[in-house]
Amino acid sequence: MARVFIPGLMRDLTGGRTQVQVAGATVRELIDGLEQAFPGMRERLCGPDGALHPHVMIAVDGEEVIEGLRAPVGEESEVHFLPAIAGG
Amino acid sequence: MAYDVVGTRPVRPDGTEKVTGRAVYGADVQLPGLLHGKVLRSPHAHARIKSIDLAPALAIPGVYAAVTAADMPKVQAEGVANLGESSIEKQYMQNMILAGEKALFHGHAIAAVAAVSPHVAEEAVKAIRVEYEVLTPVIDVLEAMKEDAPLLHEGLITKSLGKPTGKVSNVAAHMQHARGDVEAAFAASDVVVEREFRTAMVHQGYIEPQTATAQVGLDGAVTIWTSTQGAFGVRAQVAEILDLPLGKIKVVPCEIGGGFGGKIQVYMEPLAVLLSRKANRPVKLTMSRAEVFQATGPTSGSVIRAKVGATRDGVITALQAQLYYEAGAFPGSPVGAGTGVIFAPYKAENVLIDGYDVVVNRPRTSAYRAPGGTNAAFASEQVVDEVARQLGMDPIEFRLKNAVRPGDQATYGPKFGAIGLVEMLQAVKESEHYNSPLTGPNRGRGVASGFWFNGGGPSSSHISFNHDGTVNLAEGSTDIGGSRASMAMIVAEELGLPYDQVKPYVADTDSVGYTDVTGGSRTTYATGLACYNAAQEAKRQLCERAARTWECSPEEVEFMPGKGVVSKSDAGKHLTVAQVAREMNRTGGPIHAVGTVNARGQAPGFAVHIADVEIDPETGKTTILRYTAFQDVGRAIHPSYVEGQIQGGSAQGIGWALNEEYVYGSDGTLRNANLLDYRIPTALDLPMIETVLIEVPNPNHPYGVKGVGEVCIVPPAGAVANAICQATGQRFTELPMNPERVCMALLKAGSR
Amino acid sequence: MPKKIAVATKINGQGMEFLCEPRQSLLEVLRDELKLTGTKEGCGNGNCGACSVLIDGRVVNSCLVLAVEAEGREIRTVEGMAEGGKLHPLQVAFLEHAALQCGICTPGFLVASKALLDENPAPTEEEVRLFLAGNLCRCTGYDKIVRAVLDAAQRMNAEEVEA
Repeated sequence: MARVFIPGLMRDLTGGRTQVQVAGATVRELIDGLEQAFPGMRERLCGPDGALHPHVMIAVDGEEVIEGLRAPVGEESEVHFLPAIAGG
Repeated sequence: MAYDVVGTRPVRPDGTEKVTGRAVYGADVQLPGLLHGKVLRSPHAHARIKSIDLAPALAIPGVYAAVTAADMPKVQAEGVANLGESSIEKQYMQNMILAGEKALFHGHAIAAVAAVSPHVAEEAVKAIRVEYEVLTPVIDVLEAMKEDAPLLHEGLITKSLGKPTGKVSNVAAHMQHARGDVEAAFAASDVVVEREFRTAMVHQGYIEPQTATAQVGLDGAVTIWTSTQGAFGVRAQVAEILDLPLGKIKVVPCEIGGGFGGKIQVYMEPLAVLLSRKANRPVKLTMSRAEVFQATGPTSGSVIRAKVGATRDGVITALQAQLYYEAGAFPGSPVGAGTGVIFAPYKAENVLIDGYDVVVNRPRTSAYRAPGGTNAAFASEQVVDEVARQLGMDPIEFRLKNAVRPGDQATYGPKFGAIGLVEMLQAVKESEHYNSPLTGPNRGRGVASGFWFNGGGPSSSHISFNHDGTVNLAEGSTDIGGSRASMAMIVAEELGLPYDQVKPYVADTDSVGYTDVTGGSRTTYATGLACYNAAQEAKRQLCERAARTWECSPEEVEFMPGKGVVSKSDAGKHLTVAQVAREMNRTGGPIHAVGTVNARGQAPGFAVHIADVEIDPETGKTTILRYTAFQDVGRAIHPSYVEGQIQGGSAQGIGWALNEEYVYGSDGTLRNANLLDYRIPTALDLPMIETVLIEVPNPNHPYGVKGVGEVCIVPPAGAVANAICQATGQRFTELPMNPERVCMALLKAGSR
Repeated sequence: MPKKIAVATKINGQGMEFLCEPRQSLLEVLRDELKLTGTKEGCGNGNCGACSVLIDGRVVNSCLVLAVEAEGREIRTVEGMAEGGKLHPLQVAFLEHAALQCGICTPGFLVASKALLDENPAPTEEEVRLFLAGNLCRCTGYDKIVRAVLDAAQRMNAEEVEA
């Protein structure tokens, strides 16, 4: 199962837990799993249309995912939710 | 691995055009029937627009068209109450181009006109009558966060991953990186240093003002000639803002006179399109320097609190920071990046970093070279320096002891891959500069580290062969600092061709595949990979053609750089690239190879700078005596342009440290919108900038390339501040550290 | 519209006449009327040097000169630097030292550097920096520009000795 690091501002939903193990082969499945375990999680990450908020960036194993919710997640993956960043 | 072309220093392919004045930059575009546009701008920092009367302008002979926000397409939304996230963003995008109900900063565009000459257009702009209701502005980031602060936007609710508050304020976003327990860690630390810093809003200062020329046909086809870091980005923004079909827009990227992040956002392009459509003539709009300062995106001024704890033996225990960044009139400061940069070079178990994006009545900020990074490192590198001093440790030794290594978890979350920070710090420690004596009064030496993420993403290139064996290389990245040379070098290396037989050109949006902006230190990495991929495909085709010539199967031949295609069974049998190309129409037709990439695996950048300064105690002026920039570049394709990036970034950072700032009156008007009063470094203000290229290859790239353009601007302000501190015994917590500020501090301390 | 004035001048060695409005700057006429767009506009008020041209051998900001003032004068722009189908040694040095990145300030730097070497064929680094302080470059940090000018001076002096 992938290891998801819970951002500080979302720990109100996880009862203070900073990391959780979630099953899922894609980011979408991870978010489904998170929502099931911690209701309200999806709303923080995605808009009403189900797409990721533009200000949220997801990193799987240290790299920003470019396929959005379809991005694959490995059994041993580490997943972070970060603020979106642009270069100059 | 030895290379033939990579790592050499050939003359850039576009060089001769540029030294003879023939290269066509955005403002050099000339078209039959061209009209010239000018923009009317708000004299107020915050005002409700009650009415705009264009009639007196349109009555002037030679005036063809005038536009206001009323000419923008309406944003589609089911009533104001249900205005979704994307429609708010779109409304902001439109209002950045032309003010809607309110002017939100001094210089905000109100209307634009097109006329036969720039002078007539200027007269027309002056004739427009606007009625304003002046409102109280807020230009300071902390003031804007107060409960009773004037609100810029009535519908702005803080975005964050936290519990939605639903509260309207000027705080557009809040983000946080948290791990461990900082409070407990600080309590258990032997040394804790905490300080508050302020940095001024500064501008990229590219020498070429923004300019755009547009022509709209009666069939709705739109052509835009512009100076931009990304032609495809211009196309997308114009389509979005003006509700135009993307496929109807062609963007022709002209030569670009500097950008540093500031030429990603569009300003003049949508106005030129609106005016051209109305006037049925091509229209060119070029900003004056004052307009560039007032109305394009500078980067955020900020307030940053930084706190570092360490044990007696020099191990960092906890890192904490709050970063408050001015977004300008619309959300979107680079504070997110700032929260990532601030302590990135350091390992720590306990981290708490909060960032706030705050709207104020200043121009909307735009990207500026490692956006948000310089502010952050100015704060963190001084606090780190102070901790090292209190512990009596050498500042490089302290950084080495706490440096992140491959596999370490970054303060902002993920684990680092192949990074070369330790190698670089070692190189600094052993360097002649660091070990050279610096004697004499009022002199000091400072060091600082810097981090930047570096970008990847989509890029395209095409290689087409000519019958003489030369190749044309089309790429989608605009060349802002010599990238044509690097692209040609990669293809020449792969195909075993002499460098000058590869002719690179920057293609328009109709003529090459999608390519992201020249920015984010991504060009040589990502577009370079697209060129590399195109070359691999070209080699495959060359092998196929040679096999056809020899009437054998492609498996029986292989490509060998320098030789061309050789037969696997008969080493003496080979065809050069030129020989294969000459025969191409008889072996299957033109040879054309496409390379695309959605690049990942870019390694982040680290840099360490050393600054030697001398302070004149009478005037407070800081002179940079010597400056050396160390940077992990992975692999330098064209070392001269890599050095050039580092030297340029260092110089910009020194200007940011010592002189540059937006000066506002209490009424929110900008008081120094010119290059005399906004003082960027001249040749006389700088020494030679020494560079040390450390090459720790990026394993995800065939040559080991890492992005280089941005991280070099991150350390300078911190390095110079640490040097000034050593010279004067004073900590300077506010940028710029200009003569006045230094002088006042010395007077106050009685050391003058 | 104001009445236009006829101006007779010499540009890059060619006699030339043009019509201009009294309010037009030399820079504007060079670029928009004569299509000599090698001279660039960076600020329009004499602070950046991108519009540097030589008037009777003296380097000036052409944005601060009225076009009518060109009457009877001899003007040289970047387009006139390469002579006899050969790049000027300064142009060669700028290319070889990678002294340009975006290139927008380059015409101004070349023209100003030529004015410097015309009056001081063997300048020191400090003299180069002082003379070029009126030309702003935001890309290079000046390092490679200063080296290019010093190198060009050396090459020109060596050529002179040979000749």
